[in-house]
Amino acid sequence: MELFINQVLAGIATGAIYACMALAVVMIYQAIDHLNFAQGEMAMFSTFIAWQLMQWGVPYWWAFLLTLAFSFAGGIAIERLLFKPLAKAPVLTNVAGFIALFAIVNSIAGLTWDFTIKQFPTPFGSSPFLGSQLISTHQAGMIGVTLGLLILLYLFFQFTRIGLAMRAAASLPESARLVGINTSWMIALGWGMASAIGAIAGILIAPVVFLEPNMMGGVLIYGFAAAVLGGLTSPLGAVVGGFLVGVFENIAGTYIPGVGNELKLPIALALIITVLVLKPAGLFGRPIVKRV
Amino acid sequence: MLSGQELRIAAFSTAVIAFAATAGSALAQKRYDTGATDTEIKIGNIMPYSGPASAYGVIGKTEAAYFKKINAEGGIKGRKINFVSYDDGYSPPKAVEQARKLVESDEVLLVFNALGTPSNSAIQKYLNAKKVPQLFVATGATKWNDPKDLPWTMGWQPSYQSEARIYAKYLMKEKPAAKIAILYQNDDFGKDYLKGLKDGLGAKASMIIAEESYETSEPTIDNHIVKLKATGADVFLSVTTPKFAAQAIKKLAEIDWKPLHIVANVSASVGSVIKPAGFENAQGILSAAYAKDGVDSTWENDPGMKKFFTFLEKNFPEGNRLDSSVVYGYGVAQTLAKVIEMCGDNLTRENVMKQAASLKDFAPDTMLPGVKLTTTATDFAPIEQLQMMRFKGDKWERFGDVISGELSN
Amino acid sequence: MSAIEEVATEAPAVEAVPKRAMTLGFGTSLVVLGLLVIAPLFVKNFIVFQLTMLLIYALAVLALNILTGGSGQFSLGQSAFYAVGAYTSAILMEHVGMNYALTLPIAGIICFAFGFLFGQPALRLSGIYLALATFALAVAMPQLLKLGVFEHWTGGVQGLVVTKPDAPFGLPISQDRWLYYFTLVVTIGIYIASVNLLRSRSGRAFMAIRDNEIAASAMGVDVALYKTLAFGVSAGITGVAGGLGAIAVQFVAPDGYTITLAISLFLGIVVGLVEQLPASIVGSAFIIFVPNIAEGISKGLSGAVFGVLLFLVIFLVPHGARQVAIVAQQLIGKLKKN
Repeated sequence: MELFINQVLAGIATGAIYACMALAVVMIYQAIDHLNFAQGEMAMFSTFIAWQLMQWGVPYWWAFLLTLAFSFAGGIAIERLLFKPLAKAPVLTNVAGFIALFAIVNSIAGLTWDFTIKQFPTPFGSSPFLGSQLISTHQAGMIGVTLGLLILLYLFFQFTRIGLAMRAAASLPESARLVGINTSWMIALGWGMASAIGAIAGILIAPVVFLEPNMMGGVLIYGFAAAVLGGLTSPLGAVVGGFLVGVFENIAGTYIPGVGNELKLPIALALIITVLVLKPAGLFGRPIVKRV
Repeated sequence: MLSGQELRIAAFSTAVIAFAATAGSALAQKRYDTGATDTEIKIGNIMPYSGPASAYGVIGKTEAAYFKKINAEGGIKGRKINFVSYDDGYSPPKAVEQARKLVESDEVLLVFNALGTPSNSAIQKYLNAKKVPQLFVATGATKWNDPKDLPWTMGWQPSYQSEARIYAKYLMKEKPAAKIAILYQNDDFGKDYLKGLKDGLGAKASMIIAEESYETSEPTIDNHIVKLKATGADVFLSVTTPKFAAQAIKKLAEIDWKPLHIVANVSASVGSVIKPAGFENAQGILSAAYAKDGVDSTWENDPGMKKFFTFLEKNFPEGNRLDSSVVYGYGVAQTLAKVIEMCGDNLTRENVMKQAASLKDFAPDTMLPGVKLTTTATDFAPIEQLQMMRFKGDKWERFGDVISGELSN
Repeated sequence: MSAIEEVATEAPAVEAVPKRAMTLGFGTSLVVLGLLVIAPLFVKNFIVFQLTMLLIYALAVLALNILTGGSGQFSLGQSAFYAVGAYTSAILMEHVGMNYALTLPIAGIICFAFGFLFGQPALRLSGIYLALATFALAVAMPQLLKLGVFEHWTGGVQGLVVTKPDAPFGLPISQDRWLYYFTLVVTIGIYIASVNLLRSRSGRAFMAIRDNEIAASAMGVDVALYKTLAFGVSAGITGVAGGLGAIAVQFVAPDGYTITLAISLFLGIVVGLVEQLPASIVGSAFIIFVPNIAEGISKGLSGAVFGVLLFLVIFLVPHGARQVAIVAQQLIGKLKKN
């Protein structure tokens, strides 16, 4: 029983990582209706920027804010320069664009900062949380920040004009334009916000996994899985999905004999596919009604 | 007084002898295979510059810089080294393509320090069939030491199994009642280690009470550590690559688990593993080494390492001394340079293998004192020795003798 | 995010294409065929090997073309079928001693079944969800191949070495050339069969489903059957490609069939354009040669250069090689007139 509780707690701790990433994934999906494969790399790059600033002596919170601003601007710039021209191109071409972006960002990061791992500081410290040795204060802080982000996003989309405009632009672009919403800039804004959220995710994740160019590869897959599980239309779903994936993966690894440990990721993914087959829009997503 | 006839015979004999002598030395003159000429030696190399193992690409870059330095100093016996290195992205089919390109299109003399067991396994048959040396492969898998069936393939670094056997010997001697938990990477590296440990423990393999594998696609191995702690083991063997080794060290400290922690040599680097993980968390960790660490102050004034640091400064400024891959690249490149030097003017592929199999107590600048490279016609494992060390303060303290990892009792 | 998906008014993910544009003109086909047949006689064995790989990847891209361009289903998981085909061939050749040519139909059939089965749960998924499911399959495959329980057959992480076949009847051509011609025959055979499939009733059913699934179903097309059939056929062809790949490379290992391969194949159809079967070769060429070019330009930044080249391609020809082909055909048309 103790092992079970331990694994659940450890799963929640890892799940926080996935939840963070999943929020960024959902954010970009809200804006552009696609999954950006380069999201993880952009987050990693932002984290390196933060690290570099701190190497140059900038204090943590200043580096944090500067990185957020840079990521936001960077996301918008990438959208305007690289993806706006592809707006009319087929979906496949856009996905190819994401893959190209992935390759570019990863390669530049590798050349600039090399592949040795780097320590990344945490503002929350690393001592055991509430005396439990399974969750450190940093991981608790990570969960807290993720939940905080979630609430902020919810408020943004439900109660602000811009949030409403973004949702309109994403779901019914033509109607949105008819009421005067600049859909093109809404997309850019979505990219910027997703990029900034990704930066926060990276900054939170790096202290646990250590900073290096390939840091986000695995995290992105889990982030996608979590977002899809929770419903790509729901930030709450993304967060819940993240925790569920983390916990389930651990339990499967611990209790399924023999192959459980070697097949953790495939089992987690199989679970998600099963959920999707039963509930195609994810746990919290709104079902898609097809109008012909 | 010699008669006219005797004189003529004497002159004739002298001429014959003189002719034979010169002809003999003409036979001892230069001999080349494809890839070697009077002025150049072409050497092929395959590295993962992209893809999941791109962290090791720096080895190829180090070697390129080293050979550039050699060329700047005049080359080896006047011949410049043309180092041709291709990317295989750690994918075996790509490695096959690049190997064929090197041999059939670039026409190199030999393939040097190709990285990765999958890639080397893929090109091994081809290179042996073509009789091209597959020299000093960059992997510690045990199967590269097989002169009988694969006479053109030779390893360099101590095999993973021999390192694991050294730990097994140590544990059987120092902690015979130990309960061992192993965390290993689920690939040839991890599995080879596991086998070595089990072989080394022999009848006492039951000391291993938990085996936990992980994939490199996992962001963190923290939950594996939690699981292993619950087994109650008092020895933890970390068969991990640098990122995961550091995560393990950190997590062990966080959950307050203090077993005897042994870490594999590939992750013993002070700069790239221990420091990020935190010196205070790494006290008492054991490992073994065959090379010197780039940031260990013990070697600040070591003549060999000083040469290495000068090399970094002048020829490879982007190389990071705390990256053990850079130290590795330097050591293996130096070994190849030595072999080529030993070939003299006979630069046939056969002679290259012969010279490589005749290393006697060769010690590159970066090897630990006492570790020497030796090969024979039946022993294609240049480095077999390691010395165990314990982490204390901010550096490794070596203890005991330099041991050989042979499977002997 | 919308709860209502406007199916009819959405820009189609994949564009409708008249039958004519699916294949090159007869004359161009002959020229291409001629080139393919003659080329190996003039180049070194290594280039012949690269050409063989070109054909093999073209087969895999063709398969994906049928699935995505033909029936509108995304797949980021073709590497899984490729791996199954490769391992089937390798295991049959090495453990059972079967002749290499016989392993290919078996690999094809096993992968067809596998794809058909996978297509069943995939029925309920579409678009991004299907992409994720196939992605999951691609990620899972290397780990399945490494599983201890299969190690005796698969060789585990170490993989299996495969023996390269000699030309039969003692023909005086090199192993590489023989394998090339063998692959060429297989490829052409499958290509012709695919064209016929897409022109047949089944092919029309595929395209109806691709363009508007609900309308197709309303017209009486058995959507479920055809969708899974498309998956099966696509998987089967990819499996044959995998088998050929195993023979050509002479080695199979889990690391050779990662998600990177799936992404490469996907890029192959983007570049080689969906629905244009002959353009599969263009896509395949992109997969094989552009990374080499990128590496040649800059080793340290090969990934970045590759990304930039990819962007260039998609900016210049967002509708893929079809634009190039249309321009080319217009030029040829003009030349014919003069």
